[in-house]
Amino acid sequence: MYLYDEYDQRIVDQRVTQFRGQTERFLAGQLTEAEFLPLRLQNGLYIQRLAPMLRIAVPYGLLDSGKLRKLAHITRVYDKGYAHVSTRQNIQLNWPRLEEVPDILAELASVQMHAIQTSGNCIRNTTTDQYAGVATDELEDPRPYCEIIRQWSTLHPEFAFLPRKFKIAVCGTSADRAAIYAHDIGVELVADDGGRMGCKILAGGGLGRTPVIGAVICEWLDKKHLLTYLEAILRVYNKNGRRDNKFKARIKILVKAMGVDAFREAVEQEWEALRDGPGTLTDAEIERAKSFFTDPPYLVLDDDAVGAELRAQGEADPIFGNWVRRNTLAHRVPGYRIVNISLKATGFAPGDITDTQLELMAELADEYSFGEVRTTHQQNLVLADVQAGKLYTLWQRLQAAGLATPNHGYLTDIICCPGGDYCSLANAKSIPVAEAIQSRFDDLDYLYDLGPLELNISGCMNACGHHHIGHIGILGVDKKGQEFYQVCLGGSQAKDASIGKILGPSFSQEDMPEIIERILQTYLELREDEEIFLDTFRRVGIEPFKERVYAKAD
Amino acid sequence: MPKLIKHGEILEDDWLPAEPDAGSASAGRILTLEQWSEVADKRGLAVQLEPGQAPSPLFDFLADIPLVAIHFPLFTDGRGFSYGRELREHGFTGELRACGHILPDQMTYLRRCGFDAFQLADESRLETALASLADFDEYYQASIDQPLPLFRRRR
Repeated sequence: MYLYDEYDQRIVDQRVTQFRGQTERFLAGQLTEAEFLPLRLQNGLYIQRLAPMLRIAVPYGLLDSGKLRKLAHITRVYDKGYAHVSTRQNIQLNWPRLEEVPDILAELASVQMHAIQTSGNCIRNTTTDQYAGVATDELEDPRPYCEIIRQWSTLHPEFAFLPRKFKIAVCGTSADRAAIYAHDIGVELVADDGGRMGCKILAGGGLGRTPVIGAVICEWLDKKHLLTYLEAILRVYNKNGRRDNKFKARIKILVKAMGVDAFREAVEQEWEALRDGPGTLTDAEIERAKSFFTDPPYLVLDDDAVGAELRAQGEADPIFGNWVRRNTLAHRVPGYRIVNISLKATGFAPGDITDTQLELMAELADEYSFGEVRTTHQQNLVLADVQAGKLYTLWQRLQAAGLATPNHGYLTDIICCPGGDYCSLANAKSIPVAEAIQSRFDDLDYLYDLGPLELNISGCMNACGHHHIGHIGILGVDKKGQEFYQVCLGGSQAKDASIGKILGPSFSQEDMPEIIERILQTYLELREDEEIFLDTFRRVGIEPFKERVYAKAD
Repeated sequence: MPKLIKHGEILEDDWLPAEPDAGSASAGRILTLEQWSEVADKRGLAVQLEPGQAPSPLFDFLADIPLVAIHFPLFTDGRGFSYGRELREHGFTGELRACGHILPDQMTYLRRCGFDAFQLADESRLETALASLADFDEYYQASIDQPLPLFRRRR
């Protein structure tokens, strides 16, 4: 995990001091609401429906036990004892007091955390694969490059007042777990023909009102050029992105308007001035960044022996065996497993975690996973380095705390924005819809029979719940002051990324579980062999689903 | 006389502000890009850019221009940050002024993009703005006032 030195600490500390002054000036009437707005947003602070919301940055989803304990403390002292994991791997507090936010930021700075640029029209938190460094299919660990991008983008003097928000994701695997095609810029670590690793650069992807799959701007870029190339893209966008209409201000609209080739040409032209300049990465800097993400002291374990023991434990205790099968994954080091901790228990808002659960996670991280925990854009947690032989005791402790729901990757592992219960942008509530669906489909055997299924819910077209790229997507819409829900099918956030197709007219909240049921029944009737929902949909198209869902009752 | 921040202090402005409606150039007055474009002998003329007016037409005349003012009608329109930086990257050494609706909180960003004069529409904030120049003294990125990114300086 990256550790601050005196430079990093000074920058974050000076930012806290600056924001304390800004808050005081606002409260004293020396800054208008409109002027304070972007200043507070760029420090993570929204003014929500019921209270302010503070979004704390979790750079590329990495936390350690010390940070988790501090977050637990903050939720208890400054909030209502729980926090929320967002779809950008960040942590949100729902009830902080405006006057106390500078104190919260100072507390965060004491454990090398901040809320810089978690909102506003600037470069946001860089996200990545939650299994970075431990995945079996990884070509190169993306985290050093995420950290390099984090530093470059933090308080960048030229790009703090962009036309609109700007999101970057990095992945280093053949399977894309960071949804890089749905980002303003996606970076994929790829080998050239000679096997040399470099960066493939995508631009102009994004969700929101106009979902677009990113276009390839550069097939292979030497890593040393990463920052100057990103700078060229941002400069083209900052100068030319639309500022007259916030719904047309994202880079995806600019790329579409210019055309991919003209956009690429403009970037290359800007890049000429920056290329090989002082912003060019040095080998020493790349090595320095990598030095923070080296292997922890893994034990040499016998995979076969450990696997046999695990199977025996699973047979003796089938509930444990099932959890292992559903929520843990192969690790690149023999004898270790990746553990997914579902924050999607029925009855709790998806992604919410209490102060005591945060503290337990800190304890478990120290005991089982070298002190580290990750947040995921699916709003879950990961312990990335657990010895398979210790899974049983870990599971028992998770279960006692309500953190062993074995639904990872299944229908009830719903991605869901805070929606109308909290967010002032939302058209409709999303948490009650998630909860109603989770309650309706609580039979685990049925869930497993359905197979891997991603259901994503957004309370408005800003699409924080990534509804466009869920296999099943639900979007809250407002019709004459009433909350309705539109359904789309066939989205995917994987490398074969696709935008879901709208099924038809929207539904009322109470009808949603029944509508989902009809969609699932249609799939079960039409699927061939072990086909997953997405593949069936791609084979048969939307029509059969339409017919079934909108069929008149006889 | 309007005031501005220059050389680390608050001074009276030596220039008269741009007048878009004025038909022709007059001595000591900052020109709009349109007015400036029409003058044949550009030596000693100051020019003001608005959002949407990228600085490339100025590049061939930078040695003749004593002052480029970049106007921020609204503080959230960040195009001027790129314009300023580009002018410096193309070798402009004259006064680079930010004027209009700029906040004290933007001072270090502006300075780092190459601005060395700051004319806030709200003059009551000049003292706060002057103090804000010291908000940060360390940065990650390469910029005009510190051409080396932190990773080339870190010890």
